[in-house]
Amino acid sequence: MDVAIVGIGMHPFGRHPGVSGLEQGAFAVRQALADAGIGWSDVECAFGGSASAGNADSLVSNLGLTGVPFVNVYNGCATGGSALAMADRAIRSGDYDLTLALGFDKHPRGAFNANPESAGIGRWYGETGMMLTTQFFGMKIQRYLHDHGLPADILAKVAAKAFRNGSLNENAWRRKPLSEEEILAAPMLSNPLTQYMFCNPGEGAVALILASADKATRYTNRPVYLKSVSFKTRRFGSFEVFSPWLSPERVPGPTVEAAAAAFEAAGIGPDDIDVAQIQDTESGAEIMHMAETGLCKDGDQEALLRSGATEIGGKLPVNTDGGCLANGEPIGASGLRQVYENVLQLRGAAGARQVPGEPKTAFTHVYGAPGISACTVMSV
Amino acid sequence: MSDVDVAQAPALAGARPVAEGLFSWPDNPRLIASSCNACGTTTFPTQSSCPRCTGSDMREVMLATRGRLWTWTIQGFEPKPPYVGPTPFEPYGVGYVELAADAEGASPVLVESRLAESTPERLVIGAEMELEIVPFRADDDGTEIVTFSFRPVAGA
Repeated sequence: MDVAIVGIGMHPFGRHPGVSGLEQGAFAVRQALADAGIGWSDVECAFGGSASAGNADSLVSNLGLTGVPFVNVYNGCATGGSALAMADRAIRSGDYDLTLALGFDKHPRGAFNANPESAGIGRWYGETGMMLTTQFFGMKIQRYLHDHGLPADILAKVAAKAFRNGSLNENAWRRKPLSEEEILAAPMLSNPLTQYMFCNPGEGAVALILASADKATRYTNRPVYLKSVSFKTRRFGSFEVFSPWLSPERVPGPTVEAAAAAFEAAGIGPDDIDVAQIQDTESGAEIMHMAETGLCKDGDQEALLRSGATEIGGKLPVNTDGGCLANGEPIGASGLRQVYENVLQLRGAAGARQVPGEPKTAFTHVYGAPGISACTVMSV
Repeated sequence: MSDVDVAQAPALAGARPVAEGLFSWPDNPRLIASSCNACGTTTFPTQSSCPRCTGSDMREVMLATRGRLWTWTIQGFEPKPPYVGPTPFEPYGVGYVELAADAEGASPVLVESRLAESTPERLVIGAEMELEIVPFRADDDGTEIVTFSFRPVAGA
């Protein structure tokens, strides 16, 4: 049983004083229902979640008490990806024809302050100032640049592209283009990453309606097929956030396994992808994840960035909606934002930021603490 | 860079480690780790089971006090709680230091640590680093809290 995405909805990302995360989630669901031309009572099964904005299943008191089985997902940065994976499996199992995947969130300003004890680490780790995702990203790209002989200025190229693409996205948070010079001159937050090379925790919501592929045209004349969804956690020896120690044994991170599994299940490879949305929590993440997902080789990123290959009009457009850098990161919604963008691109409905040449295949990738990754391959 | 062993400085008399079981102190400061009796994996801090082979036969070992800088960054903004560092905030270095096997039984391990150095030009991947126990902050009752840190080895 193949799966199609037949409805998409989004509450704009950014900051929305007075609008709760749950309200943003309900907004996105209504948009997705309208896009699919169905009502809430048509949804047979739902999966959704947020990291810090409440239980998705409580939305039934807003959307309607239809008796729908609604599963809460609480899986960090993979919340959206996990919800999508389960909504996908629910259809593939043959039990349901129409399911919902939902992610939403609302975070306060500033870097996330994770609790060490909830990650199984002593309180001292946070007290002495090491429980920061931002530090991990700085240290990972620092080593990566060193290992592959890459210059630090390419980090500014990634961010400048993100803000340029974000300026073409009416739902993005950061819509003002920034020059590479401005990005490099911003305060250094975690060497080699400056303020504008990091995304900010934010707010927003995304909802997706999935249908069995054989019934997809009942709901849309432009179904986008979800060829595969893969979700993996870390193995011993991968370099992950919140690690007081590491083994000298180094194995590929969960992104490598999740991407490889997604491509294998889809029956196509990274070379076949026309547009990709990959986790750019900060500029370095986009660079490293391009290689980890198989979209390029280690060290090739500099040439790709300098030649414009990852721009909207390039050979391999990456983060066409501005990514996390321009949209911010409402944890629960972030992974589904990528899928939403790919649906627009594959429908040919992405407006000013439409990838030219009628893209036929698309890829998404999320990565998060404490070493999780979810990837999808989509096609029309 | 001074050769004085900070851990022995009189100013730290009566000080308290940031957590029990992280390092030996005040005499002969070493990081306290655990090694798996089945596969030899060394973890820091100690834990009761092995994340590599899933076994649970672990013994306590002490780590080498010198190693090489594997990667680093500078924390440029004041973290939110549970961070309780000194005020006003000063940027600090953080890195992973690769410690070689120790004759007493620890296998190689990379330890994440605050770094005594916070000038980017003075932090070089591969440079030799040395453990020290340093003052971190004063507790509410005035007790000095100490933690572990690594500093570049002078002249290395």
